[in-house]
This record gives sequence, structure tokens and C-alpha cells, in this order.
Amino acid sequence: MNHLLRELAPIADAGWEAIEQEIRPRLETHLAARKLVDFEGPLGWAHSATAVGRTTSIAGPSPAVTGSQRRVLPLVELRADFVLKRSEIDDAERGARDLDLPGLEDAGRHLALAENTAVFHGYAAGHLQGITECTSHSPLTLSLDAEHYPTAVAEAVDVLRQAGIGGPYGLALSPGLYTEIVHTAEHGGHLLLDHLRQILGGQLVWAPGVEGGIVLSLRGGDFVFESGQDISIGYAWHDAESVALYLEESFSFRVLEPDASVALRSKPKKSS
Amino acid sequence: MASEGLHEAANLLDEATIDHHRAMTSLCEELEAVDWYDQRVQATSDSSLAAVLAHNRDEEKEHASMTLEWLRRRDPVLDQHLRTYLFTTEAITEIEVEAEAGSGSASGSGAGAASGSGSLGIGSLKGSE
Repeated sequence: MNHLLRELAPIADAGWEAIEQEIRPRLETHLAARKLVDFEGPLGWAHSATAVGRTTSIAGPSPAVTGSQRRVLPLVELRADFVLKRSEIDDAERGARDLDLPGLEDAGRHLALAENTAVFHGYAAGHLQGITECTSHSPLTLSLDAEHYPTAVAEAVDVLRQAGIGGPYGLALSPGLYTEIVHTAEHGGHLLLDHLRQILGGQLVWAPGVEGGIVLSLRGGDFVFESGQDISIGYAWHDAESVALYLEESFSFRVLEPDASVALRSKPKKSS
Repeated sequence: MASEGLHEAANLLDEATIDHHRAMTSLCEELEAVDWYDQRVQATSDSSLAAVLAHNRDEEKEHASMTLEWLRRRDPVLDQHLRTYLFTTEAITEIEVEAEAGSGSASGSGAGAASGSGSLGIGSLKGSE
């Protein structure tokens, strides 16, 4: 048994399988950052820190000996608790396929949102700096009119190229902007989505947690998500009616190349 | 085309799957080369040629190890199995029995993704929309 204590939960193998099958595709839809940055690991629950290869000078132990200390980036642990009805899990073990597990779905959405936000915009309490906090380029402003988005995206790609950052390039978009783009056809009937894909050479990603948009290089080696324990389900407690579980992961995130991204900001709409 | 070995139309596969295919094909080629060099080392009666061939064979082992590590970093289930079986000394089939019983005594750091370990095995989603 590991620290997730799953063997103590009143859930049979079929129940675990049903829970995992329910949440995995939802997480894969919401985990936008992993679609755009490098993923390293998982390196295990015992993995505590990312080596950054740098030192800090400290006082030497004696006048004849100098000292320095290795700097590391500690992993953060994220955990989202949820409670399921035991009757629903019992139904899953009977083979029910229309499961209703709202607590699980909410926990998955919250955890994915937290991971996305940490990667794209940072997580100050965990000392993780996000992509928009580290970028060396000034943000570009998106026009109010979605038909003009290609101009801003092409400008962002040009900024990256001018900085010597190769493609292909990807675009993380807030859900609102993404929906607007999917619904928009340009003059001549061409889908805006396809036009943007052509400019980028890479994919557009629906990214809950992102404010505005972020154009970034997908060439690899610029943004590293280091996983300790990948998202897992653990057991907390149970009673006659309910079982309390949690989703948990540990990770760090580093921007290795601040030149490899450009933030896109939405122009505030005038109130009428 | 990434390789003649694709079993599905390339336009149905995402970038990550094709890269996995490239790596797995390379791993197979490196191990096949080790096998071929091994046989040539055994077969030749020229000791200086045997030494060159053995040196080349061992370099292929390094290449195979590097490719396997690339795959491990991107495949949580493979990672779990390698952590369970590699660098152990017990009988290999006993390790399987212990791992499946969840005793954990034969497993590595518990980073796994196989069902029962708790991990959902999501890993990298790079290349997908």
C-alpha cells in the first residue's frame, strides 16, 4: 500500500475502474498546459525538488574554506477533495454506465484549472513563475473584432521569430476567446480557427485558467513541467453513506527561455 | 513519412504518437544491431575484428538505453513497469506476483500509473488539442 491508502477504501476494482474512466477523459480535456509544454516524469511521490543547476553563496565554515548552497525548486502538491455516494459506486460495480459523480467532476475541473493557472500565470504561494510572468516580450492587444485576431497572432509569431525562437507555435486561449474563434468565419467563409492554425503551424488549445491568450513555441526545451506524482486518486475516509477521496499531484514548472512566449490581452469592452 | 512501419494512416495519428513510434522503431533497430554484432563477434576468427565489433555492439546498447529512457519519460505505464522490474535481484516472476498483490516490496518509488497504483496515467498531452 502506498500513501494514497486506496486499499482501505470500500471500493472494489470495478468501482475504481469506473471512477478512473469517468475522470480521465475530463481531465484530458481540461489540462491545457500539458498540451503545450514539455512534460517530464513522473518521478515519484518521493521526488521533492527540481535541480536548477545554480548555487547561492553562503558564509564559509572557516576563514580558509568558502561555502555555497545548491538552489532547488521545490515541488508543489495540489489536492482536490471530493465525496462520492457509496450507492453510486455500488451501481458502477453492477455495471451501470450512466454514472453521476458530480463531486469527482468538480474536483477534476478545479485541479486542472489550478495546474493550468500555475503554468500559464504562476502560483506565487508555491514559488512557481508562470509563462506570462516570465516572458521577455511586451503583451499584444487583441482587437475587439475576432476577425482581426489573425493580425495580433501573426504579430506575436513575428516577435518570436525576430527573437530567434523557432516554431511550430501554439496558442492557449481563454474559453471565451476560443468559443468566439470557433464561431467566427472570415470574409469568404474561411474558418478563423483554420486561418490561425496556418499562421501558428501548431494547435490552438482551449485553456481554462488562461486570461486572454498566449502564443508560445512548441519546439521543446523552453517550458518544463516536472511531474513528481502524476494526478492520482487517494482515499481519505468513509462512512455508511459516503466515501471521501481526493485527486492529488505534485509538480514544478520552469520557464527556461523567457523569449519563447508572447501574451495576448483582450481589449476591455466599452460598457454601453 | 515517419516510418514505413505505421499501421494506421498518418493523418489519424497525433504528433506524440508518431514520435513514440519513431522512438520505438529506433529502439528495435538498436537491439537488433546488438544481436547481429553479437553473432558476428562469435563467428569471426579474427580477434582484432571481434574487438571492433564488440566495441560497436556495446555502443548500440548505449543508444538503446538512451531511447528507452526517452520513452520512459513520456509513458507513465512503461515508467511504472520499469520501476517495478529493473535493478532488482529477486526472481522476476516473483516480483510480478508481489506487484500485483500490491505488497509494494518489489516496486520502485511508486511513481506508477498502472491501475491500482492510484495514478491516472495521464502524462504528457503535448500535440493534442
